[in-house]
Amino acid sequence: SGKMLSNISNVLRACAQKNGAAVVMSARTYADFTTQATFEIKKCDLFKLDEAPATQVVMTRDEGLQYYRTMQTMRRMELKADQLYKQKIIRGFCHLYDGQEACAVGIEAAINLTDHLITAYRAHGYTYTRGGTFNMQIVLLRGGIAKGKGGSMHMYCKNFYGGNGIVGAQVPLGAGVALACKYQENNQLCVCLYGDGAANQGQIFETYNMAALWKLPVIFICENNRYGMGTSVERAAASTDYYKRGEFIPGLRVDGMDVLCVREATRFAADHCRSGKGPILMELQTYRYHGHSMSDPGVSYRTREEIQEVRSKSDPISMLKDRMLSNNMASVEELKEIDVEVRKEIEDAAQFATTDPEPPLEELCNHIFSNNPPVEVRGTNPWSKLKSVS
Amino acid sequence: QNAVSALRRREFHRSVTVRDALNQAMDEELERDERVFLMGEEVAQYDGAYKVSRGLWKKYGDKRVIDTPISEMGFAGIAVGAAMAGLRPICEFMTFNFSMQAIDQVINSAAKTYYMSAGLQPVPIVFRGPNGASAGVAAQHSQCFAAWYAHCPGLKVVSPWNSEDAKGLLKSAIRDDNPVVFLENELMYGVPFEMSEESQSKDFTIPIGKAKIERQGNHVTVVSHSRYVGHCLDAAAVLAKEGIECEVINLRTIRPMDVESIETSVMKTNHLVTVEGGWPQFGVGAEICARIMEGEWHVSSQTSCSTQRLQSVQNPMQKFKFCMCLREVPD
Repeated sequence: SGKMLSNISNVLRACAQKNGAAVVMSARTYADFTTQATFEIKKCDLFKLDEAPATQVVMTRDEGLQYYRTMQTMRRMELKADQLYKQKIIRGFCHLYDGQEACAVGIEAAINLTDHLITAYRAHGYTYTRGGTFNMQIVLLRGGIAKGKGGSMHMYCKNFYGGNGIVGAQVPLGAGVALACKYQENNQLCVCLYGDGAANQGQIFETYNMAALWKLPVIFICENNRYGMGTSVERAAASTDYYKRGEFIPGLRVDGMDVLCVREATRFAADHCRSGKGPILMELQTYRYHGHSMSDPGVSYRTREEIQEVRSKSDPISMLKDRMLSNNMASVEELKEIDVEVRKEIEDAAQFATTDPEPPLEELCNHIFSNNPPVEVRGTNPWSKLKSVS
Repeated sequence: QNAVSALRRREFHRSVTVRDALNQAMDEELERDERVFLMGEEVAQYDGAYKVSRGLWKKYGDKRVIDTPISEMGFAGIAVGAAMAGLRPICEFMTFNFSMQAIDQVINSAAKTYYMSAGLQPVPIVFRGPNGASAGVAAQHSQCFAAWYAHCPGLKVVSPWNSEDAKGLLKSAIRDDNPVVFLENELMYGVPFEMSEESQSKDFTIPIGKAKIERQGNHVTVVSHSRYVGHCLDAAAVLAKEGIECEVINLRTIRPMDVESIETSVMKTNHLVTVEGGWPQFGVGAEICARIMEGEWHVSSQTSCSTQRLQSVQNPMQKFKFCMCLREVPD
């Protein structure tokens, strides 16, 4: 009957338009949709854990719409970044996140904005979920003046510590943020992300040791997208069970393409940290559609078939969409409307960023020191002096 | 009346070793600001590998004085992360030789972040520890890192000589909102110096970026930092007997360097000798010479200036024997 109603409404709407009447008609009132539904999600693999995240989870219609919109925004943002990069409007490094949206959205759904998060260079998704508007982001990607001289890899906002270029270096930093949380007794925690490539860095093991020793409230998350640049996990790691690599730290392996799995696992992990038990490790099994960066086509070390298979069978946005539609939580039109809105917002942001003027030379040397009187900075020769303001 | 006031002044002067001056600085800053904490190998229960943090763990406990495992890269990164999240860590390297294991965190995570974030993310951290030559500790434990760290924008690099320097500069470094590399010298730890009453106050700080003229003179400018300032003053005393008056400048800060003080002095003396413990190539002395040659002085002065660098022998061991080298400087 729902379908019939929408058919009738479409016809009526078409007629109304033909007759020049501006009529707003909605065949389905929101009361027709299910407000929430229970979903069965994949079990997590456990390491040194007696309990597990829930496998029967509830998602409300509002939550679903919000996750959908956020993931779709991230997807469109990355595709727009791809386009702008090819037009040479964005320069430098650009590491795209499309395919991995469920990770960023699922994690943020389970923590608070007062918690902290740090990741490596594939950071556009997290910059957005942590509160960076995509206006700001696209401007930053372009190297605009708004906030930041680091471009794609170095975007910051409150309780989001970047955006870090040195592989693995963000992991001790994240544990340090967690130390500050424990020191200040504010019941906050730090989510500290790294990839399957970084997982072999020595400093990460040093960090595991100190985090466990001092019971720091840090959730270590390995986003395993199967490839560290062009090297598959089998060629890089003697053990690809990244969730076990913390040895004395309990671990979870999670389906990173399912936003609800990620959300539940993160909830579980957050509870673990906040109860004073110390760190916990999560491995999110995910996938990136683009190559490592914009200079990598991404097909020399993996097949197009593999990429296509993931897209058709495990795409996070499609998975969520199917769930919502089959449980009568939203209509096709409604989701399409969201798509259209998102597309327009991203277009506008790109337009704004493209026309935003480049920063003037005076900006070049600012922000070298914090809370410092202005200093002179030597330019490219002894007679050229630039000014640096804090 | 002068004698009486001099006597009164003398009463308040105390002989304090560099070690105790550093200890006082940290004690006072730990007390003053609860965000300040110390972490490093053996800083707590061992009282510090060189006893610089003696008594601090007993007074402030596990939360404020933290023993770390032997994981420089890891704990330096943790210290930087803590600084980003609102604390004010003092990260000790047992010697700066071991800081090489963590140098990525010092440069890429600490020094560059404020700039990359366009002012959103300050990193108020102090990295401190003994630097440079010690007594016969061989090549791997004797390197001077002044030039390495001073090369990088975003860092402040400080190198105290005496107790007053040590205390005043360490307090300034801790109160500074930027990453500061604080280069001590192990051989100076046990050396006592008279400290004025003013320098014994809890609010005594020495500004970072300002050199000090330790000895006035008209014939030759001698610029140095850390332990070698003492050697320069000794040499100056010997030369004074021969009628050569050295102006000895204690740099105190390597970056940002107080080139103006050196220039002013060289305009007076027309002779410059730099003295340091590091290797000569691409070193602190090399930078001073380059800046003087390029600078105001060179343009305005009509006379020529001779410059010489004195530094450690260019072999891995960095043994430095200051043997009246000033004698060999041509007129």
